[in-house]
Amino acid sequence: MADTPFIIKEHQFHKIKTLLAKLCVESAARVVFLVDRDGQPIAFHGDIGDMDTTSFSSLAAGNVAATTSMAKLLGEDIFPTVVHEGERESIYICIIGRSLLVVVFDERSTLGLVKLRTKRASFELATILESVKVDSENHRTDESSFFAEITDEDIDSLFS
Amino acid sequence: MTFINYASREINCKIVYYGPGLCGKTTNLQHIYDSTAPQAKGKLISLATETDRTLFFDFMPLELGTVRGFKTRFHLYTVPGQVYYDASRKLILKGVDGVVFVADSQEERMDANIESLYNLEENLKSQGYDLLKIPYVLQLNKRDLPNVSSVEELTSELNRKNEPVYEAVASKGDGVFDTLKAVAKQVLTELRKG
Repeated sequence: MADTPFIIKEHQFHKIKTLLAKLCVESAARVVFLVDRDGQPIAFHGDIGDMDTTSFSSLAAGNVAATTSMAKLLGEDIFPTVVHEGERESIYICIIGRSLLVVVFDERSTLGLVKLRTKRASFELATILESVKVDSENHRTDESSFFAEITDEDIDSLFS
Repeated sequence: MTFINYASREINCKIVYYGPGLCGKTTNLQHIYDSTAPQAKGKLISLATETDRTLFFDFMPLELGTVRGFKTRFHLYTVPGQVYYDASRKLILKGVDGVVFVADSQEERMDANIESLYNLEENLKSQGYDLLKIPYVLQLNKRDLPNVSSVEELTSELNRKNEPVYEAVASKGDGVFDTLKAVAKQVLTELRKG
């Protein structure tokens, strides 16, 4: 059986967006992403330019999955953060339960500042994500949920 | 794990193409990519070796359309088929909603198919899934080659739970979308069951 779906309600999504916006400003980042550890983009705030955010999210998740496995081979449980420093752009990734907080920053910020602000934001995000998790589990048992109303015709219409 | 966002009204699901080395997993994705309208797809990302063998995964997002006002987007992944990339295969199965097993129909690849299918079941178990319970489709690829096993023989060796079976020639696109549709339909049906 597949996992319980991860369901974000509108008010939770807006809380996440607000938090990402605050973090983006306070850390002087270019863009901040929240990504599911399976690679699904959840939300972002900032200047994405022509960046392909879907591919970026998938690769960030792959990156963390690989480094987490490397940690286990070394006897570590996890590397809670991952940093990539480039000539102009850098990436700081922080693991928050089943999600990843990804901060992309350039010379307008510093790794120290990003780490500091991200740490603070990650506590608040963890609280919101926990409520999303609890709501997702309850939603599954809700017979009046939107999913129970999907008909065979709805599904077939996608492939017509 | 299906991700549903009520704010942006999106349903995102993950489908993984699995199978032995050189069975045509990447070719399936390449055909889907080449045949899909630009507005319905994202980039096809390939983490491959210099000789174009999949090193970590291939990935492409595909938007199928709208169900009850929700955009349905499928994230398609392949795994590296070569035996020694097992650690990567396990990682890619995390959060999977549906699996396509791409079998190589050539007679001499039967053992590799059986080995890879066993590996799929083991790796799914290690991630907490049961092949018998998740959306799953068997694709018999390379049907245009001269030295292929019969469909009956392949099915009797590889069928696990009366799953849908599709013959395919992925290099020409035959059977590629039938396979995708079959697994995507199962994923959405599973979602409805709750």
